[in-house]
Amino acid sequence: MSRPLLCVRDLAIQFGGVRAVDGATFDVMPGEVFTIIGPNGAGKSTIFNLVSRIYDATAGTIVFDGHDITRMPVHRIAAQGIARTFQNNELFEYATVLQNLLVGRHRHRRTGLLAHVLFTPGARREEEHHRRKVEEVIDFLDLQHYRDQSIAGLPYGVRKKVELGRALAAEPKLLLLDEPSSGLNVEETEEMSFWISDIKKLLGITVVMIEHDMSLVNDVSDRVLALNYGKVIAVGTPSEVQAHPEVVRAYLGSEDTA
Amino acid sequence: MRFLLRTSYGQDIRLFPFGGAPALWTGLALWAAIVGGLNVASLPLVREGWLALAAGYALVFGLVLSRWGGAAFWYGLLGVAVIVAPMLVGTYFVGQLTFVFVYAIAGVGLVILLGLAGQISLGHAAFFACGAYVAAILNAEGWDILVSLPAAVLVSAVLGVVIGLPALRMTGIYLGFATYAFAFIVEEILARWDSVTNGTLGIAVGSPVLGYESWGWQAVLETEVELYFLALALFVGTLVVGLNVQRSPTGRAMMAIRDSETAAASMGVNLAVTKTTAFALSAAMAGLAGALYGHVLHFISPEQFTILLSINLLVMMIVGGLGAMHGAVFGAVFLVMMPQAISALKGAMPPAEGLPEVLAFLVSLPSAPGFEAGIYGLIIILFIIFEPMGLHGLWLKVKTWFRLFPLYKKGMFKRQKSYMASERNR
Ligand SMILES: Nc1ncnc2c1ncn2[C@@H]1O[C@H](COP(=O)(O)OP(=O)(O)O)[C@@H](O)[C@H]1O
Ligand SMILES: [Mg+2]
Repeated sequence: MSRPLLCVRDLAIQFGGVRAVDGATFDVMPGEVFTIIGPNGAGKSTIFNLVSRIYDATAGTIVFDGHDITRMPVHRIAAQGIARTFQNNELFEYATVLQNLLVGRHRHRRTGLLAHVLFTPGARREEEHHRRKVEEVIDFLDLQHYRDQSIAGLPYGVRKKVELGRALAAEPKLLLLDEPSSGLNVEETEEMSFWISDIKKLLGITVVMIEHDMSLVNDVSDRVLALNYGKVIAVGTPSEVQAHPEVVRAYLGSEDTA
Repeated sequence: MRFLLRTSYGQDIRLFPFGGAPALWTGLALWAAIVGGLNVASLPLVREGWLALAAGYALVFGLVLSRWGGAAFWYGLLGVAVIVAPMLVGTYFVGQLTFVFVYAIAGVGLVILLGLAGQISLGHAAFFACGAYVAAILNAEGWDILVSLPAAVLVSAVLGVVIGLPALRMTGIYLGFATYAFAFIVEEILARWDSVTNGTLGIAVGSPVLGYESWGWQAVLETEVELYFLALALFVGTLVVGLNVQRSPTGRAMMAIRDSETAAASMGVNLAVTKTTAFALSAAMAGLAGALYGHVLHFISPEQFTILLSINLLVMMIVGGLGAMHGAVFGAVFLVMMPQAISALKGAMPPAEGLPEVLAFLVSLPSAPGFEAGIYGLIIILFIIFEPMGLHGLWLKVKTWFRLFPLYKKGMFKRQKSYMASERNR
């Protein structure tokens, strides 16, 4: 087997007394869709925040594409080739869809402040190039209708698409999707499932996603990781993990307390 | 509904989205038409005969453009208006317009800092002062504006980086106070550094000079009209820079940190660099405005650059609107015209003697101390409640009303309740 794209080793973080992630270890292989499941508060989003360097790990290492990124500043993560979406949508609310997607291109910019201030021919050429790249994403996700609309007036389902689009515009090697189907209706969830397979097959992007909808998980995942109380309790194919006794117990247990 | 066919993506990144070239041509054509027309009427403005010939052609050209140019025609007309204004209005009004440009230059900087990057500054008076003093001192040392203005801009930008440092750790009202504290220090330095700034007595500022006697070529810009055109040219330059920032990755990065720092950082935006850049650019523009301000007033002293100026600049932006560069101009007009309006109001009041008590009170109100500040406060409150997008927002509504007439629907601009991220990821 080839070298893993993402290696997480003994990763841990504590918030006060809460061990949100407690010694998590896993590998993500290039080209796969890797899904993290677990009850609410298991630490899934925290793992994303650790990998995208929004949080500082208390212990452990994160190696991406052969580079140790455990201590890398957050704004350099995108340049490594990691893009993400957020559980509760973090869009640029008072900007248009187009502008949001163009921010996704930020890591690919070559020109500097002076070129921008004077809007030199170089800056113009680059803008047109980014604009073309973003149009590919707009076509891919069928966002043509919303191109020049401001985010503030968009329905939830479209916001989710725009956020996915913004991450895709970055042309990442690794895409982190935090609950891509939450808040979507059945049709939109199905659409999302097609896009995730397309992202893997057509664009060749490795996907790590957090998801609760088990049919979506089964449809698109190559491997699944189950997390509970910040600890990895099972890794394997979707059916293996769902049959795992500890996973069953974690879900039943969480229902007891819920 | 208007459908746009996209022929190239260049269309999305034009300086003026409606098409800068038609505006430019319309403007030039109309200018030629008017000057030519005046020439025909034998006004001693321009004596070249060929302009008269151009006039008829230009008028037709301009009208044709207006058919498909729309906004271009009106911006072109505006361009002509500001160019011919000094020939048509008195020197007093020319002076007032010059101040509009001065404040609008600082306004463009505030649109970038507040509107685009979402960072507040109560320290803009310091940048204004810095630009004014640097330009005045270099002018006194015999340097021309090609040296003194860039120097004023540069020093102000550096000061902007320093005063913007708290922005790397604070937001909102805390940032406001921190920037105010820095500005206060600058104000103190100006008042106490006697050997350079002449302390609280202030310094006289010479007229801006272009070129040097030793070159055998020198122009001293002393008349109102000359200063007007200097301010106009610098404003246009600043506006172009502002629009360029807005449409480039730098501006988008600023917009990104305004709306979500987490998402911006995750897309590769360096928060520290972006905030610092916004402060530096905004300070540079305020510094340029300050330099001009000194040259126009011919006198500067520390008490012109207190917190009151910073607040006035913010008021200007609240009233003008932060959403677009238009807001800077609308706000500047407001800032210059407001004191005039208030003093006109004072003059128009009948004497209070012999009136019933309530009326006498109302009549004496405009001359009461603090009336001006009270009016400003009232205007800010009214704008925040009824028109958060400022005069620019109002303007957009009026424009839409005319375009859609008689189909305009009531409640079209009602603010919609929108989805809010209930729980942020940090
Ligand atoms: N910034 C934070 N400060 C304090 N506690 C946090 C923070 N982020 C997450 N936690 C805690 O970590 C645990 C895991 O949260 P999270 O990763 O969001 O769960 P989920 O698996 O549902 O995505 C929760 O107990 C949560 O309260
Ligand atoms: Mg979560």
